Amino acid sequence: MGVNEPGSSTAVAITNIVKRYGIGDASVLALNDVSLEIQDNEFFTLLGPSGCGKTTLLRIIAGFEQVTAGVVHLYGEEIEQLPANKRPVNTVFQQYALFPHMSVLENIAFGLRMLGKGKAEIESRAKQMLDLVQLGGFADRRPAQLSGGQQQRVALARALAPAPKVLLLDEPLSALDLKLRQAMRVELKQIQEDTGITFVFVTHDQEEALTMSDRIAVMSSGELQQIGTAHEVYEEPRNKFVAGFIGETNLLDVTVEEVRADAAMCRVGDGAPIACSVAGNTTKGARGHISIRPERMSVSKPKRGDKLTGIVDRLVYLGTDTQCLLHLDNGTEITVRAQNAHESTLGVGPGDRAALNIDAGAARLLVD
Amino acid sequence: MAAPGSDIRRYPGFLPITILCLVMLYAPLIIVMIYSFNDSRSITSWGGFSLRWYEEVFFGLEAAKFKVAALNSLFIAVMAGITSTVLATAAALAMIRGGSFRGKPASFALINLPLMVPEIVTAVATLIFFSTIGFTRGVATILVAHIVFCIPFAYLPIAARLQGIESVYEQAAMDLYASRAQAFWQVLMPLMLPGIISGFLLAFIISLDDFIITNFVKGAGVETLPTAIFGAVKQGIKPNIMALSTLMLLISVIFVTISYFVGKSGAKSSQ
Repeated sequence: MGVNEPGSSTAVAITNIVKRYGIGDASVLALNDVSLEIQDNEFFTLLGPSGCGKTTLLRIIAGFEQVTAGVVHLYGEEIEQLPANKRPVNTVFQQYALFPHMSVLENIAFGLRMLGKGKAEIESRAKQMLDLVQLGGFADRRPAQLSGGQQQRVALARALAPAPKVLLLDEPLSALDLKLRQAMRVELKQIQEDTGITFVFVTHDQEEALTMSDRIAVMSSGELQQIGTAHEVYEEPRNKFVAGFIGETNLLDVTVEEVRADAAMCRVGDGAPIACSVAGNTTKGARGHISIRPERMSVSKPKRGDKLTGIVDRLVYLGTDTQCLLHLDNGTEITVRAQNAHESTLGVGPGDRAALNIDAGAARLLVD
Repeated sequence: MAAPGSDIRRYPGFLPITILCLVMLYAPLIIVMIYSFNDSRSITSWGGFSLRWYEEVFFGLEAAKFKVAALNSLFIAVMAGITSTVLATAAALAMIRGGSFRGKPASFALINLPLMVPEIVTAVATLIFFSTIGFTRGVATILVAHIVFCIPFAYLPIAARLQGIESVYEQAAMDLYASRAQAFWQVLMPLMLPGIISGFLLAFIISLDDFIITNFVKGAGVETLPTAIFGAVKQGIKPNIMALSTLMLLISVIFVTISYFVGKSGAKSSQ
C-alpha cells in the first residue's frame, strides 16, 4: 500500500498496524499486521466476531489506543501520534455515552463549543443536526428522558455536528430492538449519502454489514480476512472463515480434478465433477473444500444415476423458507434452504432418501 | 423484589431481634431528646414540658463557653471537610482513573488506614508527633489531625461514585475536541459532584463530632463542642447538656439526610 498524497481520495490508510496489549508472555496480540485503505465518502464496515480486533482498530483511528507498530494516515496526514482531541474524526459509541447532565441540544453543541465556534453558529448548526435526526422537539430533554432509539440519534447528531472528516461508529445499533435496528440501517445509509462523510462502521452482525456497506473488511483473530463489496464477500469468499462467518454455508471435502483459468473441476467423493470458482491458487489432485450456500442447492427424489444422495434428517419451517437437513451417504451434514414462495413442496419428507442438486456456479473452492 | 421464600420477614425471630436492636440503638438517644424538654432539673423524673434548657444553652452561664467551642467546631469541620474532600477527590481520581501503578494496593490501604487503626492509637501517635516536632497545640493541630482522619470518609463516597462513571464519557468529550482539562471540568466533575458533596458532608459530620483525637491534640483552653460537653458532664450531667446533644444530633441528621438525597439524585441522573 502506498503512502497517500494529500488530496487523494483515500480517507483512512492503515498500514501494517500491530497492536499488542501488555508486555512479555502475558501480552495479547489484538491486531496482527493489518493494512487497509478506506476511500473518501465510503460506507466502510469492519466485520468480525467479538475479539477479532475490529473495535481496537476503530479506537486506533479515533485516537483512544496507541499502535504498537504501523502508520495511520487520515487524508494523507500521519495521525497515529495525535491525541483524540486533535483528530478530525468523531465517534458514535456503542452505549452512546451521552453526557447525562446536559440537555440534548447541549450534547450536540458540545463538540462545536470545544472547537470555539461562535454562539450563533453553534446554535443553528446544533438545531440543524437535531432536525437531521428528526428530533426537532427534543432539544431541552435530558438523555435519560429519551428512548434507546432517540438516544442513538442524539449520539449520531452529536458526532456529526462538528462535520468530522470521518465518522466512526462502534456497533451503534446493537442495543436497539430488531425493528428499530432495521429502520436505522436504512436511515444511517441515507445520512451517510446525504452528508458525504466517510463512515467507518464496526459490527459483528453480518446482515447489518451486508445491507449498508459499500465495502466490508472481514476480520478474525486480529487479522484481515477479506475486503470487498457485500456481493464479493458473500459470493466469492476468500477462505473458510469468511464463507462461514458471512451467511450460512456448507463445506464439502473435494479433490481437485482439473484446473482452468479461473475455475476448477472438483469431485465430491465419487460423484460427478462440479465446476467451482476458485479462491487462490490450486493444483490438480489437491484436496480442499467447496463452499455452497444453502439457497443455491435443492433436494429432490433420487433418480438413477444421482451420485450425491443422502437421508433427510429434518425439515424446519422458517416462514419464508424451509430448511432441510440432509445426512449425505459419505457422512457430511448438509443444510439446504428452499423458498416457500410458491406452493411447491420439497417432494421429500424426514427419513426419505433424497438427491442433492447443486446450482450451476454455486460452488466455490476454498484453498486453506 | 425478593422471592417469597427469601423474604427476610419469614425468618423466625426476625421481629424480636429487630426490636431489640432498635431499642438498644435508639432508646438512649430518644431518652436524651425527651429529657432535654424536661422542666425539672432532674435527669430521671419528668417535670413537665419546657424549653428552658435550650434557653440555658444559648443564654445561660455556660453559653459563652459553648459558643466559642461551637464556632471552633464549625470552623474546623468546614475546613477539614473541604481540605479532605479535595485530597480525597484527587486520591480517587488517581486510584480509579490512574491505571495500574506500582504501590496501588499500598496506596489504597494508606488512604483507608484511619478507618482501621483504633482511634486512641491515632490520637496518642498524633499527640506524640506534634510534641516531637514542637508544634504548639491549638486549633491548627486539631485541624491537621481532622483533615487526616476525614480523608477516608470523604474518599469512600467519591470513589464509589467515580467507579460508577464509565471512562467512555471522558473519551466522548475528548473525541469531541475537549482538552483533558475541559473533559475533566465539563464532563467528569459534574458527574462526580454528588459523590463529592456526599463525601464533604460525611467528612464534615465526622469532624464535627470527633472527641478522642481532638481531646488529645487540642491545646489547654481550646475546646470544640464535644470536648466542651465532656468537660461540662464531668461536673455532673445537667439537662442543658441534653439540649445541646439534641441540637448536635439534629445537625447530624440533617447533614446525613442531605448526603443521602444528593447521592440518590446523582444516581438517578446518571442512568
